[in-house]
Amino acid sequence: MNSLRRFASRNLPLLATAVIFAALFGTAAYFYDGFFSTRVFVGLLSDNAFLGIAAVGMTLVIFSGGIDLSVGAVIGFTSIFTATLIEQRHMAPGLAWILALAAGAGLGAGMGALIHFFRLPPFLITLAGMFLARGTGFWINTESVGINHDLYARISGYELALGPVVFPSNALILLAVMLAGYVVAHHTRFGRNLLAIGGNEQSALLMGLPIGPAKISVYAVNGFCAALAGIVATLYTGSGNPSMGIGLELDAIAVVVIGGTLLTGGRGHVLGTLLGVLIFGTIQAAILFDGRLSSFWMRIVVGGLLLVFILLQRFFLRKK
Amino acid sequence: MKTKSPVIWPLAGLGALVLLNAVFNPGFLHITLLDGHLYGVPVDILTQGSRTMLVALGMTLVIATAGVDLSVGSVVAIAGAVCAVLLQDGHGLATTLAAAIGAGLLAGLANGLLVARFGVQPIVATLILMVAGRGVAQLIVDGQVIIIKSAAFDYLANGFLLGLPFAPLLVVALYAVAHFTLRRTALGLFIEAVGDNETASRFAGLAAARIKAFAYVFCGACAGLAGVLAAANIRAADAYRAGENMELDAIFAVVVGGTALSGGRFSILGTAVGALLIQTLTTTMYNLGVPPAIAPVPKALLIIGVSLLQSEKVGRWLGGLGRKKEAT
Repeated sequence: MNSLRRFASRNLPLLATAVIFAALFGTAAYFYDGFFSTRVFVGLLSDNAFLGIAAVGMTLVIFSGGIDLSVGAVIGFTSIFTATLIEQRHMAPGLAWILALAAGAGLGAGMGALIHFFRLPPFLITLAGMFLARGTGFWINTESVGINHDLYARISGYELALGPVVFPSNALILLAVMLAGYVVAHHTRFGRNLLAIGGNEQSALLMGLPIGPAKISVYAVNGFCAALAGIVATLYTGSGNPSMGIGLELDAIAVVVIGGTLLTGGRGHVLGTLLGVLIFGTIQAAILFDGRLSSFWMRIVVGGLLLVFILLQRFFLRKK
Repeated sequence: MKTKSPVIWPLAGLGALVLLNAVFNPGFLHITLLDGHLYGVPVDILTQGSRTMLVALGMTLVIATAGVDLSVGSVVAIAGAVCAVLLQDGHGLATTLAAAIGAGLLAGLANGLLVARFGVQPIVATLILMVAGRGVAQLIVDGQVIIIKSAAFDYLANGFLLGLPFAPLLVVALYAVAHFTLRRTALGLFIEAVGDNETASRFAGLAAARIKAFAYVFCGACAGLAGVLAAANIRAADAYRAGENMELDAIFAVVVGGTALSGGRFSILGTAVGALLIQTLTTTMYNLGVPPAIAPVPKALLIIGVSLLQSEKVGRWLGGLGRKKEAT
């Protein structure tokens, strides 16, 4: 009983997010016919797979008290980079993926090194990284490049049927990344170090935690996640496009915050981010189902939701 | 001693860039008098750079309070959308301008409330409006690009006063007013005190929260006016593209101009030079035939370079630069 209460109080934001998701999904199911189905639910995962994957990396960065505005641009860069390598340089997809992931992780590590060694503000460096990645993407190719490759067709056509529920491949990749993120964040020394740094960097330093390596690697991991998200985006759309993922960093941050992770760092949960993605997807699906609302309502609703959650966080913090 | 030293570096950068341009493109500095109006690349840079200068002016105060405003681009889009809709409905220029700047003030007030009253981190608080603001702008114009047909409105961005382009004159006048208001009254000092150490400034009797909120409101108003100029410049309200990437240009101008991102000191003059530097860089790249989509790459590299130069570690390596920072 006591441990149950402790679990509840420790995971209060997570529970609140779960309740809000259930309420939102229930409301949408009540108003729109056919909303309450496994197909729509799995769609929430597969349609937002690359957002979710990028959000896992973002969660880890925010754990450490940092922020990364470059993820959307890295997705755009990776997608055109892999598409160009595969289609115009006739490279094997596997090799192109490895190069793209290495580029993403490398850019992340570089930004992390600048942030750590020179004590530069993360938002400024990653804003510069965003422009760097976006500009380089357009440098490679200004037009979208379609990918026609057997392996691509096979992977994007793959589906896993679990009883009545059919998971497409990108939903499976999202769930795998979420699981990996959960293990890294909550069951490894690296994850605990990140939370400690985000909680209080000075204390973490005095405790002898490896701050530098942890901070640099978390940006590298985030770059890796963003590159993976870019690859999944090429699988999802069957093409590479340098303008892919514009503004996605904001969605990713919104999803992380809605998931109950504290923006000041030091507290949060990767599974909350999964719930955040589901909430984001539900709003998007509801707007689509409605048909009368234009796409720009999405931005307004996400902004409003972000505002509510940030104010809630302040409220909870003040009470403590 | 405080205002002189930071301006030297951006001024040197601007001078070097202009010199480079003049060497490789002899027509660069050529100014002609046509129909009693001045024309030429430098005039162009001033006209096109006036919006960045305006947004950067507001951003300077926000950054001086150790904050940042990421929402300026969205506010530019909102103000432009407000202008287009009101002019379309046949409202006068005065009403339209008041409404557009009022929209900017409101946006700034929202940011200021979140930061100063609720204690939300500036990046996060202004991120909300950055996300939602563009949606609001699209809502105002109902997702359309609205063409503006108003000679008086057009004059704001493309008109000439005594042979000189009007927009830069307006912005320079605003800079002068801002400089004298901030430096001849205690307001500038208050802002620097709050940015340097908020707790200490509160104990010293300053209304720290109000001063912070003022900076955001001022920044919102600047962005609103910049939105008016942006809409007048292209004679249309484009809720999707207006003010795109303007936050980076403005932050860049402020940082290059010697205002520390950590807050506590600012230089209005430095910001003006910084904004001109970035506009000259943009124009240079266009002249060299660099496609607009790739133009962010050199800008990004430059901003990393400049912030590295300003960081204490590199300052210590270089010796002289670091000591100057400690002296201020």
